[in-house]
Amino acid sequence: MSSLTADRRSKERAGAPAAADSDDAAVSLSGASKKFGKIIALQDATLSVRRGELMTLLGPSGCGKTTLLNLIAGFLVVDDGEIEIDGKLVNEIPTYKREIGMMFQNYALFPHMSIADNVGYGLRMRGIAKPDLKRRVAEALSLVRLTGVEDRRPFQLSGGQQQRVALARAIVVSPKVLLLDEPFSALDRNLRTSMQIEIKEIQRQLGVTTIFVTHDQSEALSLSDRIAVMFEGRIRQVGSPDEIYRRPTDRFVASFIGDVNVLRARLDMVNEQAIVTLGAARIPVPVEPLAEFRAGNQVDLFVRPERLRIANAGEPIAVEATVAAHVYQGGYVNLYLEAPAICTNRILVRSLEPDAISRWPTGTRVGVSIAGNDAIAFEAEPSPPDRIEK
Amino acid sequence: MLGIAGTLAVLAILGFVILPAAVVTLAAFNDRAILTFPPETWSWRWFAKAAAYDDFRSGCRNGLIVAGWASSIALLVGATFAFALDRYSFPLKRMLEAVLLSSLIVPHFTIGLGFLILAAQIGWARGFAVVVACHVVLVLPFVLRSVYVSLRNLDQRLELAAASLGASPARVLVTVTLPLLAPGLVGGWLLAAILSFNEFTASLFVTAQRTQTLPVAMYNYVREYADPSMAALSVMYILATATLLALANAYLGLGKVLNVEPHR
Repeated sequence: MSSLTADRRSKERAGAPAAADSDDAAVSLSGASKKFGKIIALQDATLSVRRGELMTLLGPSGCGKTTLLNLIAGFLVVDDGEIEIDGKLVNEIPTYKREIGMMFQNYALFPHMSIADNVGYGLRMRGIAKPDLKRRVAEALSLVRLTGVEDRRPFQLSGGQQQRVALARAIVVSPKVLLLDEPFSALDRNLRTSMQIEIKEIQRQLGVTTIFVTHDQSEALSLSDRIAVMFEGRIRQVGSPDEIYRRPTDRFVASFIGDVNVLRARLDMVNEQAIVTLGAARIPVPVEPLAEFRAGNQVDLFVRPERLRIANAGEPIAVEATVAAHVYQGGYVNLYLEAPAICTNRILVRSLEPDAISRWPTGTRVGVSIAGNDAIAFEAEPSPPDRIEK
Repeated sequence: MLGIAGTLAVLAILGFVILPAAVVTLAAFNDRAILTFPPETWSWRWFAKAAAYDDFRSGCRNGLIVAGWASSIALLVGATFAFALDRYSFPLKRMLEAVLLSSLIVPHFTIGLGFLILAAQIGWARGFAVVVACHVVLVLPFVLRSVYVSLRNLDQRLELAAASLGASPARVLVTVTLPLLAPGLVGGWLLAAILSFNEFTASLFVTAQRTQTLPVAMYNYVREYADPSMAALSVMYILATATLLALANAYLGLGKVLNVEPHR
């Protein structure tokens, strides 16, 4: 058992089990704000990252996620608000005293040092004696499954190998929090998936609290314990991937995560539960986003493509539409339907039927039904509803 | 592909660039005591004479002293300003940049004359101090430029990475910033030293008999004599510089020293 893992285990036994309790937060922000000149990069961010958790900051570019990460790292200083790491206020504490580990987008390996010296850098800065240092470097490299390259220089390694070195360098110091800044964006698709799985495994094995920045929503959904969705400098929603996907709290979150169809519908009833009417279908939706609404109001109904299907005989038809295009995807077929009165964009239906293309050729009139109960409705936008393209 | 015409054009340009050095080199081996080209009889004797001539020997020594001090001081000053220009924004930044680079615009004789007047005014004997000060001003733009380009090429995330791993600002400087800037610093110093050692126009104003540098000594010599020892000296000078650059290339990579190659 490596000492890296052993350290973590003993800490966990001594401490309380992971909980939402703020005393147990490895990193917590309250009201953190940052401006660059007149541009507000981050506004009033409050977030509590639990010990051992992998928290993802997800959002489009310019949403403030990198600013937030840089504030935690200490590369930037908050204008307002507080940042705590391990229960200690770090607002005034410079980066090098924060005991963090960080992996950069381009890995930022020291080009003038060997791989062993790169990985051992943090330990040297901590004054670890040489025999101990060598052992820990070797352990970290074997943990990231990269051995036999100790004497090489970074430019002699492939992108995937460089990433392993960067990870080893960040975790070898047993950081209080591991910060990952879009670490997979430079890798090709296949390598990316395997590195994601590996990093997640190592993170779980070490139990190291991790904050991960990405703009890639599928990456966020597959890796995270929890996700903080950010937009225009604000944290819009914090929750598990499933909560974020199935119970988005606002239009932006609903549109940004996964594919979604926005259909114009009418609110039928609001009290304990809300019902939306679309064609012949009556669809139950969460009440919370509609609290101030009355029956009869126009709403935008957000439905995932896998929840739509071409109606069988006898099913209530929500939308009458015309098949406009198909995209064959192997395991499923994306059907693009047109129903201009309901949806200004094409409606996306994900069909698992192997013969979908021959059954519903272009131009066919079809009825669409809505399955399941995780559709969600928000206030209708004055402008025509769109399916946000990512 | 260049084609025959292209190849000839390249050769012609190369020939033209090398021509003066080639003419001087051949003239250096002329046995007769006049500077003619091409020589009719051949000899090494002007090399021996040039190497033994007192004014040239002291000129060379003075030149090395001046070049060493001037390029070292210029490196220190230039690197400091390059850091400031690269890392901080402050009022009058553009103006400072312009002033530091101004000796590219102001003619060398103006700078030399200026220092001459100044030295006389404040009562400095015409010693090494004024020569060194003058050369610092002359070579500063080149050092500044060299270090500045190196700094631009330096990925600041490397410094952030070092800080995140627990390195204090001083240790970041020593373990990451300076090692990565080394080629630029050495290149800047080398360029400054060569320029300073070579400088004639301003040196003519600010040197005295005791402090005259090699180009000034050569000028004084050629006013009285016109034998090929001048040419022999030139050949020795070219060989010394070429050796220096070859060493720099071997140990640092010339591309990096001259900043024409990105750092890896």
